[in-house]
Amino acid sequence: MIGFQTLLKKEILRFWKVSFQTVAAPILNAVLYLLIFSHVLERHITVYGEVAYTSFLVPGLVMMSVLQNAFANSSSSLIQSKITGNMVFMLLPPLSYREFYVAYVLAAVARGLLVGAGVWLAALPFVHLPLQEPLWVLTFAVLGGVVLASFGVIAGIWADKFDQLAAFQNFIVMPLTMLSGVFYSIHSLPAFWQGVSHFNPFFFMIDGFRYGFFGQSDVSPWISLAVAVASGLVLAALTLAMLARGYKLRG
Amino acid sequence: MSQPAVRVMDVVKRYGALAALDGVRLEVAQGEFFGLLGPNGAGKTTLISALAGLVRPDGGRLEVMGHDVVADYRLARRNLGVVPQELVFDPFFTVREMLRIQSGYFGLRQNDAWIDEILASLDLTAKADANMRALSGGMKRRVLVAQALVHRPPVIVLDEPTAGVDVALRQGLWQFIRKLNRDGHTIILTTHYLEEAETLCGRLAMLKAGRIVALDTTENLLQRFASHTLRVRLAAGAEVAALGGHPAGGGWWEFAFDRYAEVESILARIRESGVEIADMEVGASDLEQVFLQLMRAA
Repeated sequence: MIGFQTLLKKEILRFWKVSFQTVAAPILNAVLYLLIFSHVLERHITVYGEVAYTSFLVPGLVMMSVLQNAFANSSSSLIQSKITGNMVFMLLPPLSYREFYVAYVLAAVARGLLVGAGVWLAALPFVHLPLQEPLWVLTFAVLGGVVLASFGVIAGIWADKFDQLAAFQNFIVMPLTMLSGVFYSIHSLPAFWQGVSHFNPFFFMIDGFRYGFFGQSDVSPWISLAVAVASGLVLAALTLAMLARGYKLRG
Repeated sequence: MSQPAVRVMDVVKRYGALAALDGVRLEVAQGEFFGLLGPNGAGKTTLISALAGLVRPDGGRLEVMGHDVVADYRLARRNLGVVPQELVFDPFFTVREMLRIQSGYFGLRQNDAWIDEILASLDLTAKADANMRALSGGMKRRVLVAQALVHRPPVIVLDEPTAGVDVALRQGLWQFIRKLNRDGHTIILTTHYLEEAETLCGRLAMLKAGRIVALDTTENLLQRFASHTLRVRLAAGAEVAALGGHPAGGGWWEFAFDRYAEVESILARIRESGVEIADMEVGASDLEQVFLQLMRAA
């Protein structure tokens, strides 16, 4: 247990020691999105009938930050350790692959939640944002974090170069986030693209998260919960299977 | 009999068509100073990696202090300290933080008294709070040794610990490792410096293409394989081929012998043939000759 706690602590310290880059910068990023999009669109759009666009946007940005940072943390930590070779420090001690997985995922979720909370707090002075069902908010934030942290572990283990990791980030995580309804309600889309959105698990995670704030969403939060839990289980099983085999870590 | 510190049983590791380890079998007794020698690609690092659980063998088993490195990996790893060959470090932490983290991985809290002792022994006390990035190569190497010792493992493996290390540091490092050995730690060493192996290791295994081609005490290996050489320079024009000598150029001839008693009879034969000796030297055997002979033969 001490071994696991130490790995978790080390993983948290790793991002905390460079928190300007890993926490402050993504918060600033999200706030910039908020300023620009709200400035351009606030007067033109309302969602769910009466919700102002800026209010609608904030939960999307918060969840986007949670997801992207959870992914970034586990994936970049692993690939850095692999490329610099210090992965050996984690492989020589008597740590089980399950401890390894849980420590990396929890640290990544911690960073995701930290950045998400930062974005939420930074936005509060500028928008009226209700918080109708906090438990849903927390549930989806944690679940989304776990899903993306696991995906980050997979990417970090699979990738041999930063280039390959960037491909995960730019060609999978980024498009799925951008097309998930962070910036719009999918009801504003043509029927075809609404249908396509239903194949994107990010859509459900963000929609469920948003439900916690407004008590309204594009689909039932229970469906979103089911999708998020299923995604989490599939990715966790895949990651654990990779780690158990020592895929790319123990030759 | 106490159980061996390390037991390697018919270990096979293949990478595609290449057999990095091809049925390696050896035992290292507790308290030994054991050397693993072989040219690049012979399988030394693969063997060490298999022992440390960094590589999974395709066949055979390995044990550290009686614990199977796969089935009983927690105990096997607790008993093993590995100094890796590459100069790796975590740029996010200071020396002390790194050693505390490493202690934690092995389930140890409040390990600072021992950490201070290791730091002092390795002359790192002044650098305890320096970031790993700020250290010289030699310092980083010493931190790697320190990291391998935080959990006081009975078996310590050093994979080419002195590669690229300056003379003073190398001496210091060996002094420290000898002391660990005297204190009862089993040491397993791979090195390219055969002189090092000759002076330090009590027993040696030589690997070639994933197989052990020699496994014996250093003394026996030296006696068994390396014949000593008597070199004589003869007066101009003399020919002693008939006496069993081999020309070595510049008027020098070489005579191989196993025991010093033979020198006398060689000299007597030369004298009897009426040839005058202008110069003479006796070359002691060294591990390099043994190594080269074995590698050529195998």
